[in-house]
Amino acid sequence: MTAVVNTWFAEKLRDREIYSLYLKDHHPIHMPCLQLQQSDWNKAAELARQLNMRFSALWAAEGSRRDEQTFYVYMLFAHIDHRHILLRTPLWAENPSLISIGEHYIAAVRMERHIQDLFGIEITELADKRTWVKHSHWPENAFPLRKDFESNTWIEHQKGREYNFLKAEGEGVYELAVGPVHAGIIEPGHFRFLAVGEQLLNMEIQLGYTHKGIEKRLEGMTAEEAIRVASRTSGDMTVAYGWAFSRAAEAAADIIIPERASSFRAILCERERLANHIGDIGSICNDAGFAFMHVHMQRLREEMARLHKTVFGHRLMMDLIVPGGINFDLNSTQCDMLRQQTQQVAVEVDKLRAIYEEHPGIQERVIGSGVVTKEQAESIGMTGYAGRASGVYSDERVEEAYHPYDNLDVQVPLAKQGSVATRVWVRFEEIKEATRLIDTLLQDLPSGAVKTDWITPEIGVSGLASIESWRGEIICWIRFTNDGRIDRCTLHDPSEVNWLGLELAVRNVPIPDFPLNNKSFNCSYSGNDR
Amino acid sequence: MFRLLKKALLTGIKTEELAEPEQNIEQIGAKLEKIIRHRFSGSLAIRFVDAGSCNACELEANATSNSYYDIERFGIHYTPSPRFADMLLVSGPVTRNMETALKMTYEAMPKPKLVVALGDCATNCGVFGRDNYAISGAISDIIPVDVVIHGCPPSPTDIIAGIHSAIK
Repeated sequence: MTAVVNTWFAEKLRDREIYSLYLKDHHPIHMPCLQLQQSDWNKAAELARQLNMRFSALWAAEGSRRDEQTFYVYMLFAHIDHRHILLRTPLWAENPSLISIGEHYIAAVRMERHIQDLFGIEITELADKRTWVKHSHWPENAFPLRKDFESNTWIEHQKGREYNFLKAEGEGVYELAVGPVHAGIIEPGHFRFLAVGEQLLNMEIQLGYTHKGIEKRLEGMTAEEAIRVASRTSGDMTVAYGWAFSRAAEAAADIIIPERASSFRAILCERERLANHIGDIGSICNDAGFAFMHVHMQRLREEMARLHKTVFGHRLMMDLIVPGGINFDLNSTQCDMLRQQTQQVAVEVDKLRAIYEEHPGIQERVIGSGVVTKEQAESIGMTGYAGRASGVYSDERVEEAYHPYDNLDVQVPLAKQGSVATRVWVRFEEIKEATRLIDTLLQDLPSGAVKTDWITPEIGVSGLASIESWRGEIICWIRFTNDGRIDRCTLHDPSEVNWLGLELAVRNVPIPDFPLNNKSFNCSYSGNDR
Repeated sequence: MFRLLKKALLTGIKTEELAEPEQNIEQIGAKLEKIIRHRFSGSLAIRFVDAGSCNACELEANATSNSYYDIERFGIHYTPSPRFADMLLVSGPVTRNMETALKMTYEAMPKPKLVVALGDCATNCGVFGRDNYAISGAISDIIPVDVVIHGCPPSPTDIIAGIHSAIK
């Protein structure tokens, strides 16, 4: 991490005669926030695309001063060498409106629809004019994320508008509606398939069913209260969300946490990666009828959960990360237990992997199914294992290299074929790497404290953090009021982008291969809907 | 094939006796009549609905099927359709966007329409809170509930014991 202001993008903007204002009240300084004029918004996005920057997230906030009467829209890009650049532009509070950046970054469109729904900011030239989180029963003029909207407002269900799914006409074309309640024990969402015979033509997804108003809920809470909510944005990534939230809050407050705390956070995060990769590989095999792998992988996952209960007191490792550090400490016996089990699990996974790779029944189903090409993956900015399987190797542990990953030399698996088999391959490789990381971290565990005192950040100062969860990059941005309560906080799930990848992958696959593909992405609904 | 068999043999049977639940279960509905209990004793079909949960309860509900707990040995299985379901297992606070789907699933079930609310959010909206524009309420605010299983998330043992308590 560098301690100088990152001026790279500001210079690039100036070369185009786009002038930007560097905001001093934003941390950390190597991820700077630049304010642009509204008229330069689209040009800045175009420049980011030309510089091969990856689109990360887009959100809105009201100004930190109540008398300001301004909305701000933020967009975040990442460059492999020059890291995250946050751009913002002010909008008038009366009929706020802004041009869409969808022509440069298609992944931004759903986030633009999100702020259009919840802030009432009109997005012009938007490729998709339908509402997103606000389903058909919501009144059009209720904007819950505005400050003047009370969080406990009861919104009556209105008579529904139609959600116009993409249609296709022609002989033999039919529509298949699935969800929101799905067949298994999974989260809710609606899939609309267009198909001919067994062949899929298109799959469109409608999400928002698990929208829990998390961002509004966080407002007015202290960081210590809020972390319990933030780390439940998606329960299977609870460690990563807790880390992202804490890191953003710590950036705003300018706190450096003890080394021992960072190491433990990484151990938790890698154990979470391990458990979820193992469980998901089993489920993918199960969706192709290979129950043997499923049974063994779920057994390993259960054994991990049990050790988490013994060592940390929680099977999913919830509520262990707090702003300023962690709230537990382990003795050497407990560390040995963790190390031993991690090794043991890795050895078993290795053996199971050999069985999986030589099993013709499963290989026939996964190889070549649901391909996302490198061009497609780059265009939408896919992250995590799904991105890596398609040749997009962004990994925040390497690029952002936040502590303790700066000392660990994380190896990112490099794949490019982009099919179900590739995504499984990447996850097997990541299991190997996570095992090595956990082992190294536990071996060289720094001594000392596990928590520093939490200090209330200054009013109006915002903090940004990106964390590589097992699904991909989580973004958290946070700003506090004068009494140390949250003024506005946004959390972005890697799935918001990766859902588009699934939609691209399943074009032209047979319908029975859909579950297999869906599980190979395993995007989060709850994290996406927030 | 031999490797596969070897792995199965070496792993052995992992299924355990069900441990004591952590007293997180609360019966709130009326007890079922003996004759109905008797009819369910061999088999119970459960429809699972996530009404807006964070996915942690789903992980633990899925874990009830792994070799350690093997919920199917009790004659309990998860069914894809509410039409075949004796029981609805519901997680999460009910979001505004899931309210209609939850009601429709409940209505599609045959009697006696047992309902088990899974986890703290299902019980009282949990960390997401009642004073929230996006949340309609706890499960019992939307449909009648028989048993409540507390926990964030409840353990697989508690989930199985909670399901049992609705029919025993």
